[in-house]
Amino acid sequence: MASSQQEIVIEAGRTERRYWRDLWAYRELFAFLAWRDILVRYKQTVIGVAWSVLRPILTMVVFTIVFGRIARLPSDGVPYPILVFCAMLPWHFFANAVSEGSNSLIQNANIISKVYFPRLIVPASAVVVSFVDFLISLALLAVLLVWYQFLPSPRAFLLPAFLVLAILVSIGLTLLLAALNVRYRDFRYVVPFMIQFGLFISPVGFGLAVIPEHWRWLYSLNPMVGIIEGFRWSLLPNYVLDPGVLVSSILVSTIMLAAGVIYFRQTERSFADVI
Amino acid sequence: MAWSIKVEGLGKQYLIRHQRDRRYVALRDVVSDSVRAMFRRASHERQTPSQNSTERFWALKDVSFEVAQGERIGIIGRNGAGKSTLLKILSRITDPSRGRAIIRGRVASLLEVGTGFHPELTGRENIFLNGAILGMTNAEIRRKFDEIVAFSEVEKFLDTPVKRYSTGMYVRLAFSVAANLESEILVVDEVLAVGDLLFQKKCLAKMEQIGKSGRTVLFVSHNLGTIAALCNRCVLLSVGTVQSVGATMEVVAEYNRVAEKHTTVDITPAMRNRGDGRVRFLSASIFNGEGQPANSFLIGEDFSVEFTLESGTSEQVSFWLIVFDSAGRPLLSSHQRDVETVAIAPGRFRLAFRTRGLGLMPGNYTISAGAFDQKPTFLEWVDNCQQFEVLPSFKSGIPFDGRWGAVNLAADWTLSLNG
Repeated sequence: MASSQQEIVIEAGRTERRYWRDLWAYRELFAFLAWRDILVRYKQTVIGVAWSVLRPILTMVVFTIVFGRIARLPSDGVPYPILVFCAMLPWHFFANAVSEGSNSLIQNANIISKVYFPRLIVPASAVVVSFVDFLISLALLAVLLVWYQFLPSPRAFLLPAFLVLAILVSIGLTLLLAALNVRYRDFRYVVPFMIQFGLFISPVGFGLAVIPEHWRWLYSLNPMVGIIEGFRWSLLPNYVLDPGVLVSSILVSTIMLAAGVIYFRQTERSFADVI
Repeated sequence: MAWSIKVEGLGKQYLIRHQRDRRYVALRDVVSDSVRAMFRRASHERQTPSQNSTERFWALKDVSFEVAQGERIGIIGRNGAGKSTLLKILSRITDPSRGRAIIRGRVASLLEVGTGFHPELTGRENIFLNGAILGMTNAEIRRKFDEIVAFSEVEKFLDTPVKRYSTGMYVRLAFSVAANLESEILVVDEVLAVGDLLFQKKCLAKMEQIGKSGRTVLFVSHNLGTIAALCNRCVLLSVGTVQSVGATMEVVAEYNRVAEKHTTVDITPAMRNRGDGRVRFLSASIFNGEGQPANSFLIGEDFSVEFTLESGTSEQVSFWLIVFDSAGRPLLSSHQRDVETVAIAPGRFRLAFRTRGLGLMPGNYTISAGAFDQKPTFLEWVDNCQQFEVLPSFKSGIPFDGRWGAVNLAADWTLSLNG
């Protein structure tokens, strides 16, 4: 027994080379935490399920009325609800992931102060939980397509690529906010506002075509712009994707992910002391 | 014999913020403080000593010891000696500030019973969740499942959400998961203080068996009896440093000796805050309800302090006593003058202060005491003349549950129909 044992060295300021290996070793905990959150959510409330169905539908209805009917924004012949819904898929995923994930460390404070595991697991598993809602929304979209007798573009097989991008940007921002949330307890009041604000600066209720050409570069610094446009482009035939917007989105997402991971890893060691 | 844990010069420093009413750092405060600091610098105003001063505090300092493989080692010490910090470092929950520890093999740490249990989930679901949190793989939990269930004696309620469990059932299930961990090293903090007596015995036997099977057990407890029954060696910590390491019986004896010594304190001039010397306290001793010297108590236990004093005056006086918490906040006070004054004459006296039931919550406390004349001016005032700790358990044996409030108020509750 003794000879085959691993040796763990605990030392001040040691950047754990084992971290990423540990992360892999604890992959089951990752799954269990996600499973717990999903289970609890759908056990506790029927509303929990109903909410994940109702929310996208209600948002879609409101946006269709406000932007499609009242403001009469262009939709290029695509039924306005479908135009909105395609954008809401990644947006709601992102918004849910960030708002759940940024609180996840605080919510799991009791585990964090009592047991060791790579802390990255906690916000990451919160992002996975939002993925369940995404799948529900995806099913709703299918219903909507059938209802409008709308045939999606054959580019739909590219959807997963944009989904991956949405996951990366969600994780990046979530890690950053979750770590800040531990350090500054009033930060959680800022997060909902940021998400609300994000909805207004993202092309959810309208297509990118509405934004004047010379402002697009600034607009597309918001990484969700490229992702939302990517979702539309892969689902709607005739929809044009501005490659500049996509490149900018990929770049900003990567930077955000890197910043999130770096800041998280730096502050992670003191989580148990301050949480 | 091969060692399984080696600790070398381990130290842990904490920053303590001396701020009132601030449990957490708030962004709002950081922003407003830095804006204020900016203006201060701009106006060349001289920096006043900040009321938000921080203090460095070593919870552990230069701790070194070795644990052989298969050893059951106990960590003892008063509250604040650094036991929990040591366990947290060894379980990798927090980083040390100095030194290092080398651990051979997988560590399972049980710093709390039922970490991560979710009240909405069933017993079965919680076994899997808790197992994963403690570092077991899914396959491992499946393999051990029957054993865990059998040990916990809650088979019938496996599919009931644990929020409907009694405390006893909850604890039994939680301990069973942890006890069946397949780790080379088991770190346990005080968890046996819970559950009924029969189950406690069962747990002890299980831990002994774990030790005998070649696994290393590191055990922290306030209960010296449990330590003596379970551990073959002990480390005695005192204010963050190792005071002694050795065979359990010797270390426990030393712990008791030290504790005994603390129960009578000779008053030194340094403790004197004020007083004109007409009355002088000479020593202070603490006793439990049975009249035995003690300085650790359970919540609600009877408690008394006795002073010897010398008087050089002949007049009516009254005495007072104040209890401070470890942050220096006065929590309780008792003034004899509310009830009476007593006549004192030149000579030596013995003064006794007795309470029926000490309602303080777990923590470390210090005592200040003194005497007034009739005006009242201070005849005597000594600070920090005695210290005692309150353990995280009620007199009835129920473990402390982390409830709010600094003092447990004994009271009668009455519910009656209205109307």
